[in-house]
Amino acid sequence: MLNALVAFLNFVVVPGFAYGSQLALGALGLTLVFGILRFSNFAHGDTMAFGTMWVILITWWFQSMGISAGPLPTALLALPFGIAITCAFVLATDRVVYRFYRQKKAASIILVIVSTGVMFILNGLTRMIIGPEEQSFADGGRFVMTAQQFKDMTGLQEGLAIKSTTAITVVMAAVCVGLLFWFLQKTRTGKSMRAFSDNEDLALLSGINPEKVVMVTWIIATALAVIAGTLYGIDKSFRPFIYFQLLLPIAAAAVVGGLGNPLGAIAGGFVIAFSEVFVTYAWKKVVLYLASVDLAPTQLLQLLSTDYKFAVSFSILIIVLLFMPTGIFKGK
Amino acid sequence: MHRNVMLFAGVGLLFVLTGLMQSWNLSLQIFNIGILSAIMALGVNMQWGYAGLFSTGIMGSVALGGLAVVVVSAQPVPEAWAAGGPRLLLSLAFGLAVIAAAVAAYRRLAGHARNWTVAAILVGGFFAYRAIYDPAVTAIEAFNPAVYGNIGGFGLPSLLSWPVGALFAGVAAWAIGKVALGLRSDYLAIATLGIAEIVLAVMKNEDWLSRGVKNLVGLPRPWPVPYEVDLQKSPEFIGWAQSWGFELITSSTILVKLLYMLIFGLVLLALIWVSERMLNSPWGRMMRAIRDNEVSAAAMGKNVTARHLQIFIIGSAVVGMAGAMLTSMEGQLTPGNYSPLRFTFLIWVMVIVGGSGNNWGAVLGGLLLGWLWLIVENAGPVFMGYLTYPLPAGALKAHLIDAAPHLRLVTLGAVLLLVLRFSPKGLIPEK
Repeated sequence: MLNALVAFLNFVVVPGFAYGSQLALGALGLTLVFGILRFSNFAHGDTMAFGTMWVILITWWFQSMGISAGPLPTALLALPFGIAITCAFVLATDRVVYRFYRQKKAASIILVIVSTGVMFILNGLTRMIIGPEEQSFADGGRFVMTAQQFKDMTGLQEGLAIKSTTAITVVMAAVCVGLLFWFLQKTRTGKSMRAFSDNEDLALLSGINPEKVVMVTWIIATALAVIAGTLYGIDKSFRPFIYFQLLLPIAAAAVVGGLGNPLGAIAGGFVIAFSEVFVTYAWKKVVLYLASVDLAPTQLLQLLSTDYKFAVSFSILIIVLLFMPTGIFKGK
Repeated sequence: MHRNVMLFAGVGLLFVLTGLMQSWNLSLQIFNIGILSAIMALGVNMQWGYAGLFSTGIMGSVALGGLAVVVVSAQPVPEAWAAGGPRLLLSLAFGLAVIAAAVAAYRRLAGHARNWTVAAILVGGFFAYRAIYDPAVTAIEAFNPAVYGNIGGFGLPSLLSWPVGALFAGVAAWAIGKVALGLRSDYLAIATLGIAEIVLAVMKNEDWLSRGVKNLVGLPRPWPVPYEVDLQKSPEFIGWAQSWGFELITSSTILVKLLYMLIFGLVLLALIWVSERMLNSPWGRMMRAIRDNEVSAAAMGKNVTARHLQIFIIGSAVVGMAGAMLTSMEGQLTPGNYSPLRFTFLIWVMVIVGGSGNNWGAVLGGLLLGWLWLIVENAGPVFMGYLTYPLPAGALKAHLIDAAPHLRLVTLGAVLLLVLRFSPKGLIPEK
């Protein structure tokens, strides 16, 4: 019984939690851009890829110079530089591309199409600079607790391993979310952002500078995207195409939580992540501990093969859109 | 009008130059794919240009069209069919019945009873479905997996698969449209992006259907097109080639491509004619009225959602047919080749650059960007080689030349942004 619980924790809860944190950070960025600039940014996944690429390159450079963060991955040291470069690029994009349509008050669908153009450019640059292949760049300590340590500690058959990348992901995500909410609730700029998101005209009337709000939004969204991308990269691995595809679960998370609502984005991230892991996990191991031997299942007891994880995020997206069009938490 | 003719002549010149400078084989190859891209662009133009629907699921329609070729014209595998065919069909029918029952329950009941009943039907139905489906799939995939492992098709002529491809994509579009078309425009974009990925996941993983990533080769060619090998053996062709002084192998490949060009061109012309008639009919005017102002069109008594669904289905069907034509030309189904950048977003760029809302514009964009996309792949590394000529040979130079094919993504993105900014109506604007 306890073994079943531990297996469940090890293979479902812990990975789900890490993946959920990564999705939540990504979805937060997407939802902020939607709240302020009022369009779904199709380039978000590739912004993640672009930023993560810089983090990887700087990590390699650091490694070649012998700089490391001890037990922590070197990527964390490279992260601020990656964020800075990506922010500079995104702000330049806003200046050159998006601002024109914003001032023209173009329909949001035009901005969506424009963002696919930006997506092409980011995607091409990423592939040109680092190539389309898989890269892995995690270093530092591998485990906070290995399966063997856990077994020795508790005397159970089943081990519970916590990878250090998982722990870092969750801690980083919590810190980022904490900072973001403090910023949105307590600072003047944060308040003006929320005001702008709630009612643009009223915010303009009360003297909020829209260009500043937009700039801060891009910076925050980009920082979150790069952090999410880096965490995903050290936890799993980096491949430009996978990051493009991450757009789908991230968008699903943002929509499920209610587009434009930061709290919803976090909840949405975890809903999507846990459903994906839950549906694609092979339950055989857990059931083996629970059922008596003669009832042992012969199959893997997997609801859907892992290749269909998109189907999971998509189904949740559709269900939520049909029955709660504004998401779980009220969005726009 | 003069300008448009010049534009088409310009694109034609590009193909002639490719033929003269590189090879006619390559030029015709690109032109054939360009025609197919133009057909896809026509379909997307119906959705976006006529009706203002932004769907990012084009790749899904293309892939479904490809699947139709497998189903219609792949050779049957009787052993695999005997092993699990009927049971498989039963399971699929059962799956549809479960969904129908859930929808019916949702319509009939109300309140909590409704939610629980629908959930129970779906969850119970899913497990029952898997119980019927799994053994059938195992049985089919067990038969000679190195060569088959799939259920095979009907072995019918490849031409027949083109309308079937349109049908597949149309039915899928109906299902998607029913669910997603009531939603806001961004949501439709996200939802269709997801659907396309799911369609592709099915094709990659359901080995019984299309051998998944193991690819399915040896699909027959459409009717009038012969195989090069047969041509090279046929005495008449040898005599004909000799009388003109052509080289045998090159002339046979070129003849095959010319025949493809002929049938694809006929389909394209027919579609342009139909699209022009559609666009200039009262129906077409109604569509554009809905696009320009949904509220006032609804106030005039037009059923906006139904019309959107209609055009969504028609557009997807056109794309699906082009997908089937592509697969039957390639003679094999390789699900790994379908990528959203190539088959969704590139088609979008074609429509926007060509001129959204104008059929001729979509065709021009399809041919022009189809050419650009494939020529940059071939010429990119060469160009980069010139560009990096002054650099010393080394890692950086090798990397730059390796990276050159990805330059086309950046180029296309830049082209899209420039056109949207400075000439949002495209090369041939809507009238």
